[in-house]
Amino acid sequence: MKIFRYIKSSPVGLTGLIIIIFFFFIAIFSDYITPHGPNEYNLRMRYLPPFWAGGKIEYFLGTDQLGRDMLSRLIYGSRISLIVGIGGVIVSMILGVFLGLICGFYRGITDAIISRIIDTLMSIPFILLAISIVGLVGITGDDSLLVIIIVLGLTGWITFARVVRGEVLSIREKEYIESAYAIGQKNSFIMFVHILPNVMPSIIVLSTLQIATVIIAESSLSFLGLGVKPPIVTWGSMLADGRDHLATSWWLATFPGIAITVTTLGLIMFGDWLRDYLDPKTKNT
Amino acid sequence: MLSYIIKRLLQLIPPLFGLTIILFVLLRISGDPIYHLVDPEASAEEIEEVRIAYGFDKPLIEQYLNQLKMIFNGDFGNSFRFKTPAMPLVLERLPATIELAFFAIIISILIAIPAGVLSAIYQNSLLDYIVTIVSTIGRAMPNFWIGIMLILLFSVFYKFLPVSGRLEASSFILPAVTLGTSIATTLARILRSSMLEVIRKEYVITAYSKGLSKFNVIKNHILRNSLIAITTVFGLQFAWILGGSVIVEEVFAWPGMGRLILKSVLVRDYAVVQAGVFIFALIVMFTNLLVDIIYAYLDPRIRYK
Repeated sequence: MKIFRYIKSSPVGLTGLIIIIFFFFIAIFSDYITPHGPNEYNLRMRYLPPFWAGGKIEYFLGTDQLGRDMLSRLIYGSRISLIVGIGGVIVSMILGVFLGLICGFYRGITDAIISRIIDTLMSIPFILLAISIVGLVGITGDDSLLVIIIVLGLTGWITFARVVRGEVLSIREKEYIESAYAIGQKNSFIMFVHILPNVMPSIIVLSTLQIATVIIAESSLSFLGLGVKPPIVTWGSMLADGRDHLATSWWLATFPGIAITVTTLGLIMFGDWLRDYLDPKTKNT
Repeated sequence: MLSYIIKRLLQLIPPLFGLTIILFVLLRISGDPIYHLVDPEASAEEIEEVRIAYGFDKPLIEQYLNQLKMIFNGDFGNSFRFKTPAMPLVLERLPATIELAFFAIIISILIAIPAGVLSAIYQNSLLDYIVTIVSTIGRAMPNFWIGIMLILLFSVFYKFLPVSGRLEASSFILPAVTLGTSIATTLARILRSSMLEVIRKEYVITAYSKGLSKFNVIKNHILRNSLIAITTVFGLQFAWILGGSVIVEEVFAWPGMGRLILKSVLVRDYAVVQAGVFIFALIVMFTNLLVDIIYAYLDPRIRYK
């Protein structure tokens, strides 16, 4: 395929793609590649530093306050980031694309109302809104993952709606849309068959970048104690644990942060490359 | 200009109403709102008392109108944690948040303007690559982690800055740098791309051909026009900056509004959460208003549209 030949010539895009593939791989095959269980503790092995700093090779990245293996927990943590990242983006994509299409296509009063809602939501910091909703809905053990996905999805849709709305506004003035009307096609048909596919490239790019945003938001919530509850391991909650032991065990807060950074970096690099690939106009800017 | 300001002020009304609706819905999202307003250990009679006092026994539309009236009076009810009105509690912590945001913005400008300008002027040079790489990595790093790493480096390994709080004069450095660097990465990236756009404009070529020095052209023609783009982006990003301050305040135990809201969310002290979200949104709306006015002042084309 053309896209594969193209990405080989871009070190940035290729690196991003490799990171993403690696991230998917460890998230899916966590059970087979981790040396220890995520919650398997060994109190005699507490606070073990990484092996190069005087630890043991079987605990490659060291252990935490309960003697749990850092590397295994990091690998299991990737699952939550992946599930919440993709799940949250799917929720906000469906909602945002649908509302954006309607706004841009019908304009008028529908557009006015939805646009005012978007204006209002944009004035409330995203993370503050997420914190308030999560705090109010309250998170109990079993459905915490679902609640987080829905809350992050519901707070993230405005990005999609704004981008889609803007593009639809310009596409609907094109001649082929006029001809579609002329041959008597229905509004809904024009919207989903003629307009939507033309907005798709932007939606794909935005989704990639939004997954990164949602992963950071999820880890922020977990860090603040408002995320997915234990025994599920998340990078954000590992960081929160590590913060309490900064003075004695630097590795506890360092590695989860590196994991989050590398993953989002991969998504951003690939997303930026994808945008340039799909829209040659933005190249070099 | 005055008519533009009036027009822009009137445009604030719909989002303000939207905000009151959101606050109204937020409180009811998890069922009976009464449990967010009373002490968790309150007796059934006490709960009924508060229910009547807040008018929660009335129809929804009447409840909304009541709430609207309360909001206009700046009354968000009492915090059950502090047993005092919620609004003054939030306003008390406003200066600390403004202080943090102010220093963070100064730091971000000090980093972003030189970085963005140099990488645009020397496009595709080693310097440009370094700026691009650093700002991309900065985009990917969660700001609370930057904060923790700075604590590790400057307070744990080399003990010369306080870990947290707002007691010493130097305590603002780490939180402001944390928040500032995360703003700077975005700012530098946008400045670079808007400068690259301006550099290719015809009036820049004209400026060079009439013999102006490179420094003059960059300062008076390129940078000035690029700053207009930055101003708008800054307005749009402001909500995001304040959102970042919520987390940074928590990391450094900075006694600001964000930390108060977070603590209140955790104990479900809803009056405070509502008042806090309201104030945050007001700040963002008025900052955007200010940005638009500055923008109209900088670029007369906007005023006459």
